[in-house]
Amino acid sequence: MIRLFAILIGLVFSGVALLSFGVGAYTFATEEHEATAEHEFHLAPKDVAYSFDGPFGKWDKVQLQRGYKVYKEVCAACHSLKFVSFRDLADLGYSEAQVKALAAEWQVPGIDPDTGEATLRPGLPTDRFPLVYPNDVAARAANNNAIPPDLSLMTKARHDGTNYVHSLLVGYADPATYKNAEGKSLAQEFPEFSTPPGLNFNPYFANLNLAMAAPLAADGQVTYDDGTTATVDQMATDVAAFLTWTAEPKMQQRKQTGLWFILFLVIATTLAYFSYRNIWSGKKPKKGSGE
Amino acid sequence: MSFPWANHYEPQNPLMKWVDEKLPLPRLVYNAVGAGYPVPRNLNYMYNFGVLAGFCLVLQIVTGVILAMHYAPNALVAFGSTEHTMRNVNWGWMLRYMHANGASFFFLVLYLHIFRGFYYGSYKAPREMIWLLGVVIFLLCMATAFMGYVLPWGQMSFWGAKVITGLFGAIPLVGEPLQIWLLGGYAPDNAALNRFFSLHFLLPFVIAGVVILHIWALHIPGSTNPTGVEVKKESDTVPFHPYYTAKDGFGLGVFLILYCLFVFFMPNALGHPDNYIEANPLSTPALIVPEWYFYPFYAILRAFTFDFILTAQLWGVLAMFSAILMWFFLPWLDRSPVRSASYRPLYRIFFWVLMVDMAALFYLGGAHAEEPYIMFSQLATAYYFLHFLVIVPIVSSIERPKPLPYSITEAVLGKDDDAQLGATVAAKA
Repeated sequence: MIRLFAILIGLVFSGVALLSFGVGAYTFATEEHEATAEHEFHLAPKDVAYSFDGPFGKWDKVQLQRGYKVYKEVCAACHSLKFVSFRDLADLGYSEAQVKALAAEWQVPGIDPDTGEATLRPGLPTDRFPLVYPNDVAARAANNNAIPPDLSLMTKARHDGTNYVHSLLVGYADPATYKNAEGKSLAQEFPEFSTPPGLNFNPYFANLNLAMAAPLAADGQVTYDDGTTATVDQMATDVAAFLTWTAEPKMQQRKQTGLWFILFLVIATTLAYFSYRNIWSGKKPKKGSGE
Repeated sequence: MSFPWANHYEPQNPLMKWVDEKLPLPRLVYNAVGAGYPVPRNLNYMYNFGVLAGFCLVLQIVTGVILAMHYAPNALVAFGSTEHTMRNVNWGWMLRYMHANGASFFFLVLYLHIFRGFYYGSYKAPREMIWLLGVVIFLLCMATAFMGYVLPWGQMSFWGAKVITGLFGAIPLVGEPLQIWLLGGYAPDNAALNRFFSLHFLLPFVIAGVVILHIWALHIPGSTNPTGVEVKKESDTVPFHPYYTAKDGFGLGVFLILYCLFVFFMPNALGHPDNYIEANPLSTPALIVPEWYFYPFYAILRAFTFDFILTAQLWGVLAMFSAILMWFFLPWLDRSPVRSASYRPLYRIFFWVLMVDMAALFYLGGAHAEEPYIMFSQLATAYYFLHFLVIVPIVSSIERPKPLPYSITEAVLGKDDDAQLGATVAAKA
């Protein structure tokens, strides 16, 4: 009885699923498929090699310092870093005194000790990076109705985030002349495609048009302290590395801890295997098990 | 509760004797997972996953209790408190990654444990109660994992909660009030986050309780084994300790290596990047997906796209819940007296078709809701229901199983001196 009931229910569910399939397949077969520019011309980020790649990866502190400079002089105009504290900058190889000095270069919200009124004061190492805009409305008002996202976690909040940040920063193009790697011209394939005023074309952005204009416009926009030539690609690479650090400041510690865990576990598991074989030696038939 | 030849607990140490008289807890452990519990001698590695699932539960409770010391279940600060754990709490990043990946590995182990049950007929008499309790554990784990995923209050947390609680809204008449009652509001917010945190803390201990019942029920008939032939005598079994403690120890090591590779070297590979964006009710993600371990059921939910008497959405919700609830009936749907698929040539084929089907559902549940993925998930869903509700009952009636070995001993050693009579009987059957 229960099986009869089950067979009926099973036929109903699979029947309705197949009905959905039939309707879907019919629509799929009869409807025209319009290829979209987003689908045809969106690019996955390019791979860039970093010192922190792989299980043995370590931060390149000089690169992170360069990236910090790019962030401070370019990105910080619109983007906050609200989960990062100035004291964290010690990870980049700065001394205690240097961290203090770097923090003091920023103005953070404070309270006037005489009047109790809200004011700005120089940052201390214990402070977090300040917000750029007091609220979303202010952010929209200043940025053509777009909110510049906080960058603390940006490289973890996008697929292949480190490469994404780099590719996006160097990927701006003119939609009128843009051709993809196969040589297809966007203007020819999708004549009706246009980048709305106030937006900027970038094939690495999901819908190809984003509010942010190319922030790294010219070589030498930032003057590096270590003498590295500040090409647009170099600045994009360095700031992507810096934002990887802000998203995951414990990455190096994580990987190094992991190596000890794995080493210990491999030894322990090998011992466990031999003790298992040893304990079972009398119980296993010579010619293999009967499984 | 055990086989008559089981070892007896005889404490030698005066202290242990004293304890045993007052509180026979060591005796209980000895009989449950020690030398006093005889287990079939032919269990393969697929039988490691019960112990591993228990380990995962303990791991989740330990890491979770510590994480809760640093977490703030308030919609204004929840996301920030998680980042605080990641950045400022000593080893906080490790605890959180262990907990997040621990959930994934818990489900990996549970799925393998359940599929083992499908293959070896672990749900069949006299083990129905073990199976029923196991399905209860699985459902509780799903609820716990779902609520846990909401706690970091990222974009996927928020929108996942919205979609899943929205399913209750599809129920006719009572749906909408029910949804509002569950969430404590019209959309997930502080009320929902707080109750999810409370329940996420409570349910693992409920799971632990049901696990005790699951193991208790298991110890009455004892484990199944790859032949599906019941234990007949002492030579069919070995004591759990040291034989299976050693084997499980090795299995645990392999499991931990794989787990640590994820925790330390690709901790975010199994999660969704959108959950590193703070929850924003005004911005819908391009693709709302649950965690990977819910993909098969999410694929079933989305497969129903055609209004047939009921709305497509209601069909999807009914199918999704039925997809798991029907496992409760499996012991009575599969009437084949032969347990192990090794001796069921027809069932074995369909078992592997089901595995391919599950793999497809796992893939399709995470794919964009567009063609051709939807068509494939509709076919996969149709097979899923046909398999459990139509194919299993019919196959169990018409199938001609292969002859079974007389005993586990015969299966392992190739011969069993007691088997002469039994072998001839089995060959004729």
